[in-house]
Amino acid sequence: MPHTIDDLWEMIYGNQQAMIYAGGTDVLARYRSLTSRNLICIEDIHELKEIYQQDNLIFIGSCVTHTRLLESKIIQKHLPVLIHALKVLGSPQIRNMGTIGGNICTASPAGDTLPPLYVLGAILEIRSIDSKRFTALKNFIHGPGKNSLQKDEVLYGIWINIKQDFNIHHYEKVGQRKMLAIAIASLAALLKLSESGIIEDARLAWGSVGPKTIASEKINKALIGKTLTEASLKLIVPLIREAVSPIDDIRASAHYRKMVSENLIFRLLKYGGHNND
Amino acid sequence: MIISFTLNNKVISIDVEPDKRVIDVLREDLQLTGTKEGCGSGECGACTIHVNGESRLSCLMLAAQLEGKDITTIEGISIENKMHSIQEAFIQYGAVQCGFCTPGMVMAALDLIRRNKRPSRKEIREGLSGNLCRCTGYQKIIDALEAATGATDGGGPRTMKKGEE
Ligand SMILES: Cc1cc2nc3c(=O)[nH]c(=O)nc-3n(C[C@H](O)[C@H](O)[C@H](O)COP(=O)(O)OP(=O)(O)OC[C@H]3O[C@@H](n4cnc5c(N)ncnc54)[C@H](O)[C@@H]3O)c2cc1C
Ligand code: FES
Ligand code: FES
Repeated sequence: MPHTIDDLWEMIYGNQQAMIYAGGTDVLARYRSLTSRNLICIEDIHELKEIYQQDNLIFIGSCVTHTRLLESKIIQKHLPVLIHALKVLGSPQIRNMGTIGGNICTASPAGDTLPPLYVLGAILEIRSIDSKRFTALKNFIHGPGKNSLQKDEVLYGIWINIKQDFNIHHYEKVGQRKMLAIAIASLAALLKLSESGIIEDARLAWGSVGPKTIASEKINKALIGKTLTEASLKLIVPLIREAVSPIDDIRASAHYRKMVSENLIFRLLKYGGHNND
Repeated sequence: MIISFTLNNKVISIDVEPDKRVIDVLREDLQLTGTKEGCGSGECGACTIHVNGESRLSCLMLAAQLEGKDITTIEGISIENKMHSIQEAFIQYGAVQCGFCTPGMVMAALDLIRRNKRPSRKEIREGLSGNLCRCTGYQKIIDALEAATGATDGGGPRTMKKGEE
């Protein structure tokens, strides 16, 4: 197993067909149906396991596990919306193994870190042996299971600018069973609420109600200048209905998903009047 | 491939295919059959082991990942052939019926207790949320852990706080 990124380049170079994995909670859950067992595990590459702050930027290595993120003081302090989502991701064992990079690259519509990373404006650092590029999360994911990685590229890490003054960080998912719940619908929200309860800035993103994370500038803008009341949230329901495009599957019908994604915004009312998360 | 790691406090080297699942290495190559396989896909927790002190699912790990790691299985938690206090509590509280889920439950419970010495019932529930039990309905397992972590004196479960269950 590679321990440095240079070890990894060497292994990929000598084995072009190999598939990489990190925690394996997505890849190895399909072990029996894998067409190739030509796998390289990257979970022990030290530089991919780092979390650090550089001025206004936080770096999260792609192989940081969900448990490490939950324990990180930096993440707790600056990115509560991500903490809320990680708390409801899988089970303790899945969180001990699964990584943020794996959650992003799998590009599941139900991926719990995606709506939070979306509203946080996460930038992904992607590297190959001889290149390095940066791309916004929203441009990285094309659809279920589809991302923009080229064959020789890996997700190196995630950069998040923390110079944002949202005072409400919210994440909620509705699933079937309490734990291990793959979402039926989820909502991540960042709000900047003034002392008098006026929404000064808003970023909302839904999971599981479309082929990828759903967000709309129209919805965000419609909230600005409004007070956080049931009446003003009701006004954006038609916009949500327009934005989401859920599917029927074994977990829930499209109609039910739509209803849940609308209802989820009314949960923001609990923040009305005071500034906590 | 030769893979060296620490297994239940002993350093060992074994020759196995690097892409063999760890659950199969434990059960077939090392004859450690305490670790169970339920679903093989991460849902049931029966295959829980500790890797460098943290609970992980051995059905979702390949042999190559063992290299240099510190592995503990259910066989490694007894002290001088004496059952671990958690195991004793499971028996005392009737938390074992068919027993299939028990090794995984105990390993998950140990990870929980390492992080949180006196978990509430809610925290116990959350800590064991990756482990399925078809027999007990979980209450007795939670009672056992509550007792073992000193939250009760063996006289039955603590009265629940409102909204805890
Ligand atoms: C029982 C169970 C419950 C689950 N519950 C949830 C849940 O509630 N919410 C949720 O969001 N997910 C859930 N998952 C899915 C999974 O655990 C997460 O998506 C996890 O974050 C994946 O991370 P990983 O490191 O294990 O991914 P892996 O399986 O290692 O990899 C996933 C994919 O990403 C690619 N990849 C990984 N790292 C990189 C990298 N650095 N560069 C390029 N490609 C990379 C791999 O090639 C693979 O295609 C669950 C899974 C199981 C088995
Ligand atoms: S056998 Fe590993 S989780 Fe079920
Ligand atoms: S005791 Fe039978 S599955 Fe738990």
